[in-house]
Amino acid sequence: MESVTMRVFRGDASGGAFEDYTVEMGEGQVVLDVIHTVQATQAADLAVRWNCKAGKCGSCSAEVNGKPRLMCMTRMSALDVSKPISVAPIKTFPLIRDLVTDVSFNYEAAKRIPAFQPAPPPAGGYRMMQGDIERGQEFRKCIECFLCQNVCHVIRDHPENKADFFGPRWFVRLAELEMHPLDTADRTEFIRDAGGIGYCNITKCCTEVCPEDIHITDNAIIPLKERVVDKYYDPFRWIFGKLGIGRDREPRI
Amino acid sequence: MADYEQHDYDVIVVGAGGAGLRAAIEASAQGAKTALICKSLLGKAHTVMAEGGIAAALGNVYGEDNWEVHFRDTMRGGKMMNNWRMAQLHAQEAPDRVYELEAWGALFDRTKDGRILQRAFGGHRYDRLAHVGDRTGLEMIRTLQQHAVHKGIDVFMECTVSRLFKDGDRISGALAYWRESGKLLLFKAKAVVLATGGVGKAFQITSNSWEYTGDGHSLAYWAGAELIDMEFMQFHPTGMVWPPSVRGILVTEGVRGEGGTLKNSDGKRFMFEYVTDYFRAETAETVEEADRWFDDKLNNRRTPDLLPRDEVARAINTEVKAGRGSPHGGVFLDIASRRPAEYIRRALPSMYHQFKTLADIDITAVPMEVGPTAHYVMGGIRVDADTGAATVPGLFAAGECSGGMHGANRLGGNSLSDLVVFGRRAGLGAAEYAKGITSTPDVSQSEVDAAAADMFGHFERDGSENPYTIQRELQDTMHSLVGIIRTESELKDALGKIDEFKERARKTSVEGNRQYNPGWHLAMDLRSLLTISEAMAKAALMRTESRGGHTRSDFPKADAEWGKYNLAVTEESSGAMAIRKTDLPQMPAELARHFEEAN
Repeated sequence: MESVTMRVFRGDASGGAFEDYTVEMGEGQVVLDVIHTVQATQAADLAVRWNCKAGKCGSCSAEVNGKPRLMCMTRMSALDVSKPISVAPIKTFPLIRDLVTDVSFNYEAAKRIPAFQPAPPPAGGYRMMQGDIERGQEFRKCIECFLCQNVCHVIRDHPENKADFFGPRWFVRLAELEMHPLDTADRTEFIRDAGGIGYCNITKCCTEVCPEDIHITDNAIIPLKERVVDKYYDPFRWIFGKLGIGRDREPRI
Repeated sequence: MADYEQHDYDVIVVGAGGAGLRAAIEASAQGAKTALICKSLLGKAHTVMAEGGIAAALGNVYGEDNWEVHFRDTMRGGKMMNNWRMAQLHAQEAPDRVYELEAWGALFDRTKDGRILQRAFGGHRYDRLAHVGDRTGLEMIRTLQQHAVHKGIDVFMECTVSRLFKDGDRISGALAYWRESGKLLLFKAKAVVLATGGVGKAFQITSNSWEYTGDGHSLAYWAGAELIDMEFMQFHPTGMVWPPSVRGILVTEGVRGEGGTLKNSDGKRFMFEYVTDYFRAETAETVEEADRWFDDKLNNRRTPDLLPRDEVARAINTEVKAGRGSPHGGVFLDIASRRPAEYIRRALPSMYHQFKTLADIDITAVPMEVGPTAHYVMGGIRVDADTGAATVPGLFAAGECSGGMHGANRLGGNSLSDLVVFGRRAGLGAAEYAKGITSTPDVSQSEVDAAAADMFGHFERDGSENPYTIQRELQDTMHSLVGIIRTESELKDALGKIDEFKERARKTSVEGNRQYNPGWHLAMDLRSLLTISEAMAKAALMRTESRGGHTRSDFPKADAEWGKYNLAVTEESSGAMAIRKTDLPQMPAELARHFEEAN
């Protein structure tokens, strides 16, 4: 057994500090295993969120040596254990305690997004071709770990923007709805106004940290930005709109 | 007097996996004022981990499939111990529930003509599992979660229910605590739906998360309800075995459904040696027939790699004990040599990712090592098949914490369908029941105070016991003495140890304060873990035969006489656990005819 020092943030909204815990580490362990060892042997009240321990539920997001990661999918063998391993809560959301943050921002955003509105099923049920749903399936791989939200500098560095900006996870959700073959709603105005997609300047930080390899910027955000531009900033459409041409065929882009 | 916030509802649903979400959606749609309460954040419940698919006789791949074939497969997979009415409703209604998920936004993989694609799975006659690669549970929970959110259902996240209360003989409410603050909530409710999932955390090697501590089973038991079939525990044949830190993590049966085969250290496909008489007529005899079956299910019989899970888990256990296992104590699961790499990555993306990340194994190049892992409890709260009503008025249950649907062994894919079929029925049952209650039932203040004192007592005691240590020792005990293969002396040992653990659990003390304190949470969860462990060991000791997810080395054969009874567990007024035989419900003749040619 090899020993390792975990430098874990302990504290709550009123403040806190990193504390060192030196524990034994077993073969093949991931960061979450070692955090559990700390919990079971030295700090029973160490607060950490986790569920599946298999990269499927997205609960155990943290900043490991400063990098946003799922603790359950970060192997100790990938880290330099000759030095203390720092584990801190994700920064963008308010701290509750130790490694647990208040991510209710995300659940509030989810409520505000206009719901899926399918066309009524034809006789014999819906038909969708595999090729037409693959983009949607890519978006629906999202495990809601909120690492993309955590690294998005629009809200990480400017918490005041949270009132006007939904963040990458919710653009993925909006893109999924907008590109769903059965959906009939138009959320373009919502994406521009409530969603605040204009704040995103496509630095791709979100894409880089996605543990599900969703191409958030290229496949979700940029197409949504294009829809907004097409609808609101296309000069020809604006003129035709003023002239009353094409109003009855508002395209679902 | 305990300090708490109070909420009044018609129906509260405890647990927000597939069953709880579907129950809450239904109760709310029926006009009941509904709350959904869950231990984790919404969308993180165990359903999210389900991989292979949801079983429903849609007939999209094989038009020959229908509910009666599904019903027959389910009953035979359950070794005929299933509640026949639940198995019937399940098979009949699963297709509607799958189409409902689609209408709520789920994007299942498609057939070439644009319908929902279905895949092969253990014990199912035809390709029957609607799926999304190998992340079907994620698709299902997200669809239900989004639907529930848009319906405006009140959700209490990271909130754990700790006691149920009754007014006379009927349910009247529940006491819960916020995990974040440790503050109490009192729910007054006309009806309670339990949808809390399983018990896997009682075992050392498990595919289950920390949440699976038998809460719903225990809440119901303490409230006077009956638990049945607690001896039947499913050990999924294929969990990861290496490295040690990931031991138990699930490897989907979909690997075998997509063509993967089990091999021992001699490279032999050993499952052909383990075909019992019970399944002989429907199982391939040769490797050639088994391989043809993947492409033509009408003219070939199923590969023994896809026998029901109890059969495969026992076979792997035997191979390993005979010294024919893999280097780390499992067997080999090989899809690399049988399907092209590109196909594997597309059909089983999360398996590919999981092995690559956690074990440095490329499953498109080399075989996986797999072994049994505690996965699913067939036993649970006894419910009425049609309404989900438990034996206590006002109490309902659905999903894994209910019993009867899967008999002695659950078929893969039947869990996700169970969740939505019976989640809906329990939500409906609870809403209907609540409509019939004119005055809100009362909760006794003294009972609330006593429960609160018990919960906070952990901080005041000066005990020497660490809850993590007790849990680990309990897991070791259950794994080694109440595991895949059981015997009388070991079960008696287990019961003795469980008594000791109960004594020690009374002396646990916790450090820190009430705010998001996992040590305290575990100290409280130990009470339910110990309750269900005792129920499992007691029932396993009493059933002197082997059947499905209950194997006794001292009684290795199924006994037709035992096939007539369920074992029911209840709490006596003294607090002792009582166990008795009850008659297994008998199916009507028009259903029984499906089994005449079999045994």
